[in-house]
Amino acid sequence: MANEVVKKEPMFTEGYVIMPYKYSVGTLASKFFIEIRDHKKINGVKCPKCNIVIVPPRSVCIKCFNKIEDLVELSGKGTLVTYTVAHYDSAVQAMKPPYAIGVIKLDGADTAITHFIGEVDFKELKAGMKLEAVFNETRNANILDIKYFKPVKNKG
Amino acid sequence: MSHRVAITGIGQTRHSGRRPYHNDGEMIHEAVSLALADADISIKDIDTVIIGNMDLFEGHYLNDAMLADYSGSIGKSGFKMNTGGTVGTMEVITAWYNIASGQSDTVLVIGWEKHDEGPVTSAITTIYEPAYTRWFSVGALSGLALLSDDYLRRANCPMEIGGIVRSYMSENASRNPNAHLREKYTVQDVMNARMVLYPLTLLMICPTSLGACAMVLAKESKAKKMTKKPVWIKDHVTVHAEEGGGLFDALSGGPRRTTETEAGKTILKRNHITKPLEEIQLFEMYDPCPFFHPFFLEDFQLCPEGEAWKLIEKGLTSREGSFPISPSGGVMCTNAIGDSGTLRVAEAALQLREDAGEHQVTRKVTQALASGFGGSNWTDLFLLTNSLD
Ligand SMILES: [Zn+2]
Repeated sequence: MANEVVKKEPMFTEGYVIMPYKYSVGTLASKFFIEIRDHKKINGVKCPKCNIVIVPPRSVCIKCFNKIEDLVELSGKGTLVTYTVAHYDSAVQAMKPPYAIGVIKLDGADTAITHFIGEVDFKELKAGMKLEAVFNETRNANILDIKYFKPVKNKG
Repeated sequence: MSHRVAITGIGQTRHSGRRPYHNDGEMIHEAVSLALADADISIKDIDTVIIGNMDLFEGHYLNDAMLADYSGSIGKSGFKMNTGGTVGTMEVITAWYNIASGQSDTVLVIGWEKHDEGPVTSAITTIYEPAYTRWFSVGALSGLALLSDDYLRRANCPMEIGGIVRSYMSENASRNPNAHLREKYTVQDVMNARMVLYPLTLLMICPTSLGACAMVLAKESKAKKMTKKPVWIKDHVTVHAEEGGGLFDALSGGPRRTTETEAGKTILKRNHITKPLEEIQLFEMYDPCPFFHPFFLEDFQLCPEGEAWKLIEKGLTSREGSFPISPSGGVMCTNAIGDSGTLRVAEAALQLREDAGEHQVTRKVTQALASGFGGSNWTDLFLLTNSLD
């Protein structure tokens, strides 16, 4: 239905919107980030009713809807559940490709945390491999205070 | 007792990657006109109009009001829907509630998207939880890749299944004049394509398309006057989960419990379906990448865990198979997100009417499934039929 003039020379109007935001992370996540910043410790939360451990912390239990108030300390070590390697770039990504992202189940947790995997040959990535957190020198109380998770080297 | 609800009119534009000489309103008007003509009614016969796309994808928000003239909703009841990947299916569910409750006799639903006009990757990144996960998103793709990798390992599924599924879809789309990617690919073509996000190669990833799909839905007494071939919404369900936890519930040692498992269980139980791959003959699936065919077949409870990829390898889900998945070519070949869900229901309905033309499946279909997908945190599932007995 488009006539020939329009097909040859379609007109557009162009614009640009900047959309900054800030987000209150909430009571438990504030504590979680402060613990990472000040003590390089990753905490989860334990539901007092059904005992599951959730990390990163949420203030309501995903299983039983119970309110959760307290953090429990985890070791910062865990197991890779699933992963991907990004060979693709876009303006919104935090790193230049290629880089690996993993879903990591920390020891003692019942849920998993998503983060970068560093110091790894992508060919060696394997679900079930042991990983540990590496922290940034300068920390600002956000999730990027964890630099990435790296493979745990077997001793000997 | 609620009113029975039928799909009585279906219209869709051709889908493409570019369409610079029509604006969004002109594009949706084309689909609306086709749907009204198919139902053999005029816009005067419509009580309510529901329109939807993805928030911010085109850089503007108020499409229900902005496009009221093109959609035919001036002076009528209605609203917009912006529920992410499930937009198109939620529109149909909302239309169902409108008619079943007696609020409306006839509803027009319109799903649309013009993917090339706005900041798609930036916009979709806003779906991720900002404190914990947003930094690790790679647009819409990271979740698809992680879930694919997870399935491959759980089911011990060979990578080549990705190539097999995509080659089925390319064959289907080549028969569908309204599909976007209609090129035929072999298993090798798919496997040898550039790796974009492990384990997904470039040819395994759904495109960004432009297009619109509209449908007329009506209550039983009106539907029977409009068409000889009404398609009935026999049942539907929508299920939510929070980001991450719902997907990986099995991590804590429990049974697998995802939005798909819960949706599948509900539909099968409520409809007393015990042999789903026989009692249902087709699935128009919201399938953003190939490994979701076996993953969803299992999670929707249609076959046992770890078995779906073997059935797919044997041809179960090809157009000639006994349980075709997405004979339209699916989301892997056409993905104008706001219309993808509407299109799943529409394409399943066309198959039930035997009006799908070149991509009509070879066997008789009396019951079909259609699904909507919101990053697996939100699943919609429909059971459609061409006969209510
Ligand atoms: Zn609990």
